[in-house]
Amino acid sequence: MTAVDFEGRKPSLLEPDARTKARNAAEKRFRMLGVAAVGLGMLALVFLLASVLGNGLSSFRQTHIEMAIPLDEAKLDKSGARDLAAMAKVTTVGYGKLIEGALQKMLEDRGVDTGGMKPKDLMGLLSKEAAADLRDTVLANPDLIGTTLTFNAMANGRVDGYFKGRVTMESAARDSNISPEQLVVAQRMADAGVIKTGFNWKFLTNPDASELRPESAGLGVAILGSAYMMMIVLVLSLPIGVAASIYLEELAPKNRWTDLIEINIANLAAVPSIVFGILALALFINFLGLPQSAPIVGGLVLTLMTLPTIIIATRASLKAVPPSIRDAALGVGASKMQSIFHHVLPLAMPGILTGTILGLARALGESAPLLLIGMVAFVKDYPSSPPEGFFDPASALPVQVYSWTQRADPAFAERASGAIIVLLVFLLTMNAVAIILRRRFERRW
Amino acid sequence: MTVGLLSLVLLGLAALGFIMGRQRAVLSVKGDTRELHSLPTYYGATVALFTAVPAFALMLVWLLVQPVLIEAHVTGMILPEDIGAGSTRDLVMSDVRRIAGGVDVLVARGTPEDEVARLVADPAALKTRLADAGVALAADVSPHVAEAAAVYRAEVATGRGWLSVSALGLAVAGFLLAAMRVTPAFRARNVVEGFVKVLLIGASSVAILTTLGIILSLVFESWHFFRLYPAKDFFFSLTWAPKFGGGSDLGIWPLLWGTLYVSFIALVVAVPVGLMAAIYLSEYASGRVRSVAKPALEILAGIPSIVYGLFALMTVGPFLRDWFAQPLGLGESSSSVMTAGVVMGIMLIPYVSSLSDDIINAVPQALRDGSYAIGATQSETVKQVVFPAALPGIVGAVLMAASRAIGETMIVVLGAGAAAKLSLNPFEAMTTVTVKIVSQLTGDTEFASPETLVAFALGLTLFVFTLGLNVLALAIVRKYREQYE
Repeated sequence: MTAVDFEGRKPSLLEPDARTKARNAAEKRFRMLGVAAVGLGMLALVFLLASVLGNGLSSFRQTHIEMAIPLDEAKLDKSGARDLAAMAKVTTVGYGKLIEGALQKMLEDRGVDTGGMKPKDLMGLLSKEAAADLRDTVLANPDLIGTTLTFNAMANGRVDGYFKGRVTMESAARDSNISPEQLVVAQRMADAGVIKTGFNWKFLTNPDASELRPESAGLGVAILGSAYMMMIVLVLSLPIGVAASIYLEELAPKNRWTDLIEINIANLAAVPSIVFGILALALFINFLGLPQSAPIVGGLVLTLMTLPTIIIATRASLKAVPPSIRDAALGVGASKMQSIFHHVLPLAMPGILTGTILGLARALGESAPLLLIGMVAFVKDYPSSPPEGFFDPASALPVQVYSWTQRADPAFAERASGAIIVLLVFLLTMNAVAIILRRRFERRW
Repeated sequence: MTVGLLSLVLLGLAALGFIMGRQRAVLSVKGDTRELHSLPTYYGATVALFTAVPAFALMLVWLLVQPVLIEAHVTGMILPEDIGAGSTRDLVMSDVRRIAGGVDVLVARGTPEDEVARLVADPAALKTRLADAGVALAADVSPHVAEAAAVYRAEVATGRGWLSVSALGLAVAGFLLAAMRVTPAFRARNVVEGFVKVLLIGASSVAILTTLGIILSLVFESWHFFRLYPAKDFFFSLTWAPKFGGGSDLGIWPLLWGTLYVSFIALVVAVPVGLMAAIYLSEYASGRVRSVAKPALEILAGIPSIVYGLFALMTVGPFLRDWFAQPLGLGESSSSVMTAGVVMGIMLIPYVSSLSDDIINAVPQALRDGSYAIGATQSETVKQVVFPAALPGIVGAVLMAASRAIGETMIVVLGAGAAAKLSLNPFEAMTTVTVKIVSQLTGDTEFASPETLVAFALGLTLFVFTLGLNVLALAIVRKYREQYE
């Protein structure tokens, strides 16, 4: 009797029957599903990065209006004694007048047709920060008085947005802060080479700015605040985490107490970050009376959040050190402590450092608990240097992103994406360092 | 003496103790260190530890307790009439602290103490002087508040003084005690190691203390909340409408509904994609593909959630609104449950995939070989042998992802909106427990109204919820793992 397939045909080795075909097709489909899933994940990553880069890269460029300002001694320093206290009496209004005159003169010299625009509207092309900027420059260097300073005034956020394609003539017509006529003049100025676009260092160094002057908002305070918090996290979580791991991995007897600690650490790693924020608010701020918005509180709560990560990584690298090392140390008469601190710990150190860097990277990107301890506050002053600076109000990179997304002006959305780029660059660097450390010190026993 | 200076002095004493202890030990055996019980360094370390550790511990406790005590005392000094209309005791207290801080600035700038005393008696002059020093006060200073500030300042100074005296005393006592005990027979190493062990145990109990702190702060403040607001209304009311004037409805159901809805959508995105990715990477992919794709997926897990939040707000939200919600007539809002859910799903893909990957890899090869031997294709093996064997572990992974979804904050804050609604439409803005915790607690520092305290009750609910899921997930994963070991 010959075998027959479902359709009653004779089977052939060269030609698969229908059922085999169906099964092979199912196999292929399943495989394709797998490829699609991996592809989808990668695609999401690409989209995410493209969206952030596309929205944020423009915040690293800024349009400036270049002009020569004669710093008139009669106006800026009436006494002529270069006495800073007397000079400080000239307010930004005074400097604004200087800029106004210089701007008009420059436009006449260059032959830019302003269409009879009022000086006030012309000044509207400049950032409201320009006068304060000029004043700071002069006060920082009184010798400039009497000379003619080539001054790069920041353009207004809308003008900046016009050259970056964010603001159009149509949107300007609906905007109370800028008019299409002003943009026409700005375009003429750009054609005459007066308005230039350059790299925006101030985005990295300036403090946050108010709703009205997005062009001068920067990340300076946030970067400093994040750096302070990372310092606190590193100084606290590395020793505490390593000490805890040493105890649990090397010394602890197996009893209820150590079991409890272990379960606790596993659970802490999975507690939602906002709950840590609530803890910080109730314990550090309400109960202990530490100041709000201060890096010390942020650093403490991030330490508590990072500890489980560091402990888990440290225990893994302690476990990876072979017992023969310990036995050899004990064999020549070292105590248990000596074997750990002189032999096991140095060998485990690269792994511990890698884990610590990864823990720090996570802490750097954390924002939810910081919202609760008031780090969203508007901070204009740089915190002083540590340790006093730990108690000054500051901001943090991820929280700065959040507070910029809450503002109405679309220029802040661009800045938020720019801040994300800075954050991602920091994270990437830290991860790269961790990978290099791991590669470099990886050893197999 | 400032805290920094005191710490430096203590460290200096400890260093001195180390050198002296070591020298004393070596001298006591006339340089022949073989006579000593321990290495000479251990004798030095004993003295240093006994000098520094108790003193620092005292300093820490003191610094934590002193402000609480002084605060309690000075707050008691403020009379009801000092508290102006629209003000509270806490606000007056912060004025007191500002004045005290301002006076310190004045003194640091060279104002003599007797002039400060005169200023305190004359609040108006005090206010102008403080304004000159850069400390701006909103309200007029009442004489009583100025006096309270002076007392506050004096008590802080006295406290500091006593702290310096007692910490230094303790350090010297420890120094002498330890130095006296340095003899050749003294088991210095055992003492030092015992000390270190205590420190190690202390470090590992930080985890316990943190959990305790979380539970205590949540329970304590929630209890405050439930005294002001009936628990029945919180757990059974279907409206969430906080009004900061009072008389608000604080039912948790709209928030729970939003949370579960967002998490559900996130899991619908993350579980199939993550699982298929894990199966592909562990069963099909070549070594080269795996070495590229796995880290690439794990990058998704390393990206901070604020980045996903911004992605949801600026890219995904408007996209879903323009291409789905508006054409389908389902809504006009760019922040919606769908936005937050999809973006959160993307974030959770790597959690599901790497946990499942581990679990699928742990299924013994013999099971697969057996399946191939009876003629099954690879996909049939995966579907009918590997997957069922890995199922408990995968369930654990999904539960962990769910607990992350429930606790996630930034994506929903930026992506899901703030309207507390019980709706089925996924393109409508809804809100979650975490969003409301943030919005009830930011900007307001007063903890007397149910509108702010409710955040702690919400936090407690969230904590219990996620803790339950995690414990369940851990239990399932552990039980499963034992099968092959």
